[in-house]
Amino acid sequence: MSGVRVLVGTRKGAFVLTSDAKRERWDIAGPHFSGWEIYHVAGSPADPNRVYASQSTGWFGQLIQRSNDGGTTWEPVGNQFEYDGVPGTHQWYDGTPHPWEFARVWHLEPSLTDPDTVYAGVEDAALFRSTDGAQTWQELSGLRRHDSGSSWQPGAGGMCLHTIVLDPRDPGRMFIAISAAGVFRTDDAGKTWRPTNRGLQSGGIPDSDAEVGHCVHRIAMHPSRPDVLFMQKHWDVMRSDDAGESWHEVSGNLPSDFGFPIEVHPHEPDTIYVVPIKSDSEHYPPDGKLRVYRSRTGGNEWEALTEGLPQRDCYVNVLRDAMAVDSLDSCGVYFGTTGGQVYASPDAGDNWTPIVRDLPAVLSVQVQTLP
Amino acid sequence: MIRVVLPAHLRTLAHVDGEVKLEVEGQVTQRSVVDALEARYPMLLGTIRDPATQQRRAMVRFFACEEDLSHEQPDAALPDAVAKGDAPLLVVGAMAGG
Repeated sequence: MSGVRVLVGTRKGAFVLTSDAKRERWDIAGPHFSGWEIYHVAGSPADPNRVYASQSTGWFGQLIQRSNDGGTTWEPVGNQFEYDGVPGTHQWYDGTPHPWEFARVWHLEPSLTDPDTVYAGVEDAALFRSTDGAQTWQELSGLRRHDSGSSWQPGAGGMCLHTIVLDPRDPGRMFIAISAAGVFRTDDAGKTWRPTNRGLQSGGIPDSDAEVGHCVHRIAMHPSRPDVLFMQKHWDVMRSDDAGESWHEVSGNLPSDFGFPIEVHPHEPDTIYVVPIKSDSEHYPPDGKLRVYRSRTGGNEWEALTEGLPQRDCYVNVLRDAMAVDSLDSCGVYFGTTGGQVYASPDAGDNWTPIVRDLPAVLSVQVQTLP
Repeated sequence: MIRVVLPAHLRTLAHVDGEVKLEVEGQVTQRSVVDALEARYPMLLGTIRDPATQQRRAMVRFFACEEDLSHEQPDAALPDAVAKGDAPLLVVGAMAGG
């Protein structure tokens, strides 16, 4: 019988939540890696038993864990992320040159076809790849060596490469996003990159429509339509219909167009989800009401989804990697909050229930649809 | 045998309880002890010192014989009591937070 496995990374460990396809009763396993920050847990699309986790603390640095049994048991694998050559400098918050320094892995993106190939987006922003099941890592340094690299500046959370989107149609093409540099695209499997930020407008930078420097929070793609991308930016929800060559705003009637995650319905490429947050300095839902917004028109026209979500006195945040969808016939939508709740909707967002209420702050939520 | 006490998170990672006992060849120093520790428990690579620079992580401390040895040179001899196995080298996660 089919089911789902929800992989949850938190400030103090990882949790694995499993259910059958009804998604009514949940088994909760964890914490794994108790006491460590788990920025991301990601399963391989090519082998659901292969799962990778990014484990770190300020004390003991970065570890990568690998599971071959769907997150039941784990083994530490390679944790050496060395920048290629002399790393040089980027800009610090005050505009002075600052040496590139590895801090942590924010995001792991397993290959669509090979369980042993996985990409890692790290802080300070760079992209690494492993082709041996995360035993060894090599930087795809063409990104960091882009002409604009020395001008990149960190966002408030650090200069992180937090989003990696692989094009299922073309193995040479991928998109990444960096806070606060923006979106970059490669068409040659990571050798060369170019910024794809035309159409973005950002009030917090000196040149509001600069080629580089935008605080992109998340991008998402539907696999059946890889030239269409959706973006949640620091402010603004955006859409591209030409693989990032140009973007236009689709914030429409959202109560706030600030937020972090954005997701696409697995069966309806024009149905997208965001979680509006009040502002860049008030990281909680407007009016204390936790509302997911759904657009069935690819943006601009949004409806609030509230059934089962707290509609008063709610002041949690939903981080950029903390929302996901399954691919069952009736699409499941999931998100985790900084208050430790993981909410699930088995009906594409119409109704929500908490799977768990009291985890540590949730950093990431990923879903595997099991055969 | 050199005795090493690891912090709880690293004991869990290395699957050990209590003290670790190590054979260390040559002079007993921070570097030679951590080399032996990483050789025995490769999962600890990168957790005590940066794998690229070999520098002690900022929030890891080395204590022994009621002294903070964190700022000693990595190749300086550890106290005789540690070298003889009479006292452990303590690897400590620095106190931080509220």
